[in-house]
Amino acid sequence: MDESILSPENIVYKKPTLMNDNHMHYCPGCSHGVVHKLVAEVIEEMGMTEKAVGVSPVGCSVFAYKYIDIDWQEAAHGRAPAIATAIKRLWPDRLVFTYQGDGDLACIGTAETIHALNRGENITIIFINNAIYGMTGGQMAPTTLMGMKTATCPYGRQADLHGYPLKITEIAAQLEGTCYVTRQSVHSVAAIRKAKKAIRTAFENSMNHRGSSLVEIVSTCSSGWKLSPVQANQWMEENMFKFYELGDLKNTL
Amino acid sequence: MTQENDIVLMKGNEAIAHAAIRCGCDGYFGYPITPQSEILETLALEKPWETTGMVVLQAESEVASINMIYGGGGAGKRVMTSSSSPGVALMQEGIAYMAGAEIPGLIVNVQRGGPGLGTIQPSQGDYFQATRGGGNGDYYILVLAPSSVQEMADFVDLSFELAFKYRIPAMILSDGVVGQVMEKVVLPPFKPRRTEEEIERECPWASTGRKGGRPINVITSLELMPEAMEKHNLHLQEKYNLIRENEVRYEEWQTEDADYLIIAFGSAARIAQKAIGDMRSQGLRVGLLRPITLWPFPTKRICELSEQVKGILSFEINAGQMVEDVRLAVEGRTPVAHYGKMGGIVPTPDELIQALKSNFQLKD
Repeated sequence: MDESILSPENIVYKKPTLMNDNHMHYCPGCSHGVVHKLVAEVIEEMGMTEKAVGVSPVGCSVFAYKYIDIDWQEAAHGRAPAIATAIKRLWPDRLVFTYQGDGDLACIGTAETIHALNRGENITIIFINNAIYGMTGGQMAPTTLMGMKTATCPYGRQADLHGYPLKITEIAAQLEGTCYVTRQSVHSVAAIRKAKKAIRTAFENSMNHRGSSLVEIVSTCSSGWKLSPVQANQWMEENMFKFYELGDLKNTL
Repeated sequence: MTQENDIVLMKGNEAIAHAAIRCGCDGYFGYPITPQSEILETLALEKPWETTGMVVLQAESEVASINMIYGGGGAGKRVMTSSSSPGVALMQEGIAYMAGAEIPGLIVNVQRGGPGLGTIQPSQGDYFQATRGGGNGDYYILVLAPSSVQEMADFVDLSFELAFKYRIPAMILSDGVVGQVMEKVVLPPFKPRRTEEEIERECPWASTGRKGGRPINVITSLELMPEAMEKHNLHLQEKYNLIRENEVRYEEWQTEDADYLIIAFGSAARIAQKAIGDMRSQGLRVGLLRPITLWPFPTKRICELSEQVKGILSFEINAGQMVEDVRLAVEGRTPVAHYGKMGGIVPTPDELIQALKSNFQLKD
């Protein structure tokens, strides 16, 4: 490679300095890496490196603390919003956010999610919805679509056997305590830019004590869905976006 | 210095709340349950957020409460929760995570009878749960057993001091009697909450934001590499041994010449004192050892006393739990028996006297 092109004036893109060089454990095509980068970028651009405290979940992003160089707490399954509640109330000038998957947030942690949002805690919840349990190997999630096949609904999700997918973000938008509820994706450059803007808005709300913000990112899980990264993006656009429509559900600002 | 208005008549539960405000507690997070709801009620009435800046929050469940303690303690703050037996059962997951992540914090258990929903009447049936860790994995928590309203007040600050000294969850294992009884109490003097600088100095491990570009702090109990996880477990065990060596607390009463020994904690120890007074007047030389720390347990002292006495009665308001630790300390050197009641029934001094006499074949 011609090293001379590496001069500073030629650099148009670089990874945020808060992202370290640890090898990520995420699968090729997974949305987590992109969302991690956006979170790191926004923290850095807001100058919040010394004030940010993240709370990671149980799920694929359990090791989020290995990749973004800020202070973290690793939560028990589903309890991240309770942990974030305490940190923010005790350190009101900190930027406190949780980063949770669908099983963590919308299943085992539904109570903590709803109540933290309804109390209007000045925190941001980043919600990765890929409609499947990734870390444990592709089991049914609360957000698994009707008819979708997983390891624990191998013949497809059926209402009589498994009930219906939960639109927890729509519920969150109904709560008095939330100020900003949005559903985004990171499947294209345009979508990534919108998602970044949403995360920035949410973090600013948290710092300005305006109430709770929830940013859902409809995401891919190519391993869990048993699709190639490209196919997973296509499948998401064709199936997930129909049920989980992108856009702001609530913005009181 | 003690002021006149520091001496008050109040319930044990109320004393816990006042002591928390006075000893620089940063936050209380809890969920109502009988017989301890006065703790949250008193805090809500006192509004410490307007005076000391202490946060008070009614959580959505005991599960959320204990995880708020995880979050607050992990961020270096002196935080506490309180509950009663079924609620504390719900907290066990969070307590195990705190033990694994070495997070200090205070859990108050004002025990009621079980199992399950049980009763709202007093019990000491959570001895096993408290002293054996209660959650998953190899761990202990510090357990202090108050037997008076005064100790309810005094043990709040002591618990925080020990919890932060060793980075370990501490529990005040009280019961419905000590929580509900009204007694005279001298409230502790006011101590300011720690400043940000003090927290950074005393808790360099806390996740408070990486000020000054220091290396990141991560609060976690997770480690997938078995070798690293074993190392962490060995570190925890070393810490527990240090606590066993340094933090055993107990009180003795009339043991110098005792032929028989009663071992009792919390409210049972108060009943035992009355019974011992009565037995002494009948010419029976009986003494009391009251463990103040249930973990670490006063094993060594009980071992010594077992050489002196003709029999030991473990008196507990349960089916016989602490008696197992007593037997492990005594190792057969002298007969050990248990007496207790369950279901929320508090035994009388006379029942205890009869139990001691019948167990050790003493004439009336």
